[in-house]
Amino acid sequence: MTEVRFTVNGAAQCAEVEPRLTLADMLREECGLTGTHLGCEHGVCGACTVLMDGLPVRGCLVFGVQAEGADIRTVEGLAAPDGTLNVLQRAFQAQHGLQCGFCTPGFLMLATWMLEQPGGVDEARLRDVLASNLCRCTGYQNILAAVRAAAQEMGVWKG
Amino acid sequence: MKPASFAHHAPLTLEEALALLARHGEEARVLAGGQSLVPTMAFRMARPAVLVDINRIAALDHVTVEGSVLRIGALARHARFETPAVAGPLGALLARVAHHIAHPPLRLRGTFCGSLAHADPASEWCATALALEARMVLARADGLREVAAEDWFQGVFSTAMAPGEMLREVVLPLPAPAWRGGFAEFARRAGDFALAMAVVGLRLEGGVVRGARIALGGIGGQPVLAREAMALLESQPPSPALLEEAAATAARHCDPQEDLHAPAEYRRELVAVMVKRALRQAVSA
Ligand SMILES: Cc1cc2nc3c(=O)[nH]c(=O)nc-3n(C[C@H](O)[C@H](O)[C@H](O)COP(=O)(O)OP(=O)(O)OC[C@H]3O[C@@H](n4cnc5c(N)ncnc54)[C@H](O)[C@@H]3O)c2cc1C
Ligand code: FES
Ligand code: FES
Repeated sequence: MTEVRFTVNGAAQCAEVEPRLTLADMLREECGLTGTHLGCEHGVCGACTVLMDGLPVRGCLVFGVQAEGADIRTVEGLAAPDGTLNVLQRAFQAQHGLQCGFCTPGFLMLATWMLEQPGGVDEARLRDVLASNLCRCTGYQNILAAVRAAAQEMGVWKG
Repeated sequence: MKPASFAHHAPLTLEEALALLARHGEEARVLAGGQSLVPTMAFRMARPAVLVDINRIAALDHVTVEGSVLRIGALARHARFETPAVAGPLGALLARVAHHIAHPPLRLRGTFCGSLAHADPASEWCATALALEARMVLARADGLREVAAEDWFQGVFSTAMAPGEMLREVVLPLPAPAWRGGFAEFARRAGDFALAMAVVGLRLEGGVVRGARIALGGIGGQPVLAREAMALLESQPPSPALLEEAAATAARHCDPQEDLHAPAEYRRELVAVMVKRALRQAVSA
């Protein structure tokens, strides 16, 4: 077992894990943060996407021990402490960007990263980035619409 | 879908990493971006007892021009190349190629050298390394050696690297001013592994083609040079008819494999089109 110290959504965490435990499993099983979902567990679907030191990673392709000293952000950190949804989450709700919701945490974290990048977002960039993850329900159009709407509301949409 | 147990080491220096690789030999694997190794371990197709995680070795995180070469360190991620890593047509070609590798999160994590070490038959960087006459710099605890791209690939997921060695760097020669590059691939969906790809480099001197290199990827066990097509182009003016003929020659002489994604004959057709597109791109650059 290895001791790992890191932060999740700003809070310090410490876990004793086997090296083979993935970051996504560590978040779910050691931190109790089950918002991060695991679909394929081999890098294809992106449901497990979290931000590690500001970059989106497949949580199933990073080992928990590799998060030593890292700053992790998960879907649990998006809404305000009182549960008020943020701009992006509200856009998903308003545009029907989810049905079963399994893929949603991954898409939210992926889009969060994209929207925070300098330079703004245009249609090509939107499609290039969101093509990273899979959704089996929505047919993608409403996910694109939701992120587009959020980008507009945030003033980073470059049409 | 959970990896088997292993011991994790995350050394801070290359020397420590090489000492670990020397000590553990065949039991150990380097962990770079993990974008190929971790899935392989999840499927239990790989069960290394020891992982030597190189992500904390800052000295390996470089892409630098030194004299007449571009040196690509073992921690240089794919995304590093999406904005040109070097001025001119080489940087432009690497940027175009990088954009076709997987998806943004994978490109932020996966490494150039990891692709060469993994040697997936459909790896964009592997075909690129072959077209650009890359040299692999292998380090081990007691020395260094270099392997040319043409001797590197030894079949599906197989390279000239031996246990105890690490791919420290890939070295790309900087091309002559008259050099141009081209790249084309075909995949069913954006970000998928390609069914066929062509990477081209050539010089246009006095209105004729010199030193053309055409590497094909995604069609068989390892990237290959389209030697007959390369010979056909030598010292010829790059007319549309010539490019067409070179593409047809590459397709005729290659040996595409059939798999569940595509029959061999379909891949052969794709090779002709990809070579033609890559050549057109190169001569019109
Ligand atoms: C969904 C998905 C889609 C993908 N699509 C593509 C694609 O379209 N094109 C493509 O080319 N790749 C694709 N990949 C693979 C990706 O590009 C990997 O990043 C790359 O193949 C390996 O690089 P890595 O740094 O992640 O290596 P790792 O996964 O860390 O390692 C891979 C292998 O190489 C060895 N290794 C790594 N670095 C070194 C080194 N410096 N010295 C010695 N050995 C080393 C490891 O021990 C291991 O055996 C995809 C992966 C996924 C999960
Ligand atoms: S669960 Fe990680 S990519 Fe599918
Ligand atoms: S909403 Fe069901 S998988 Fe995307």
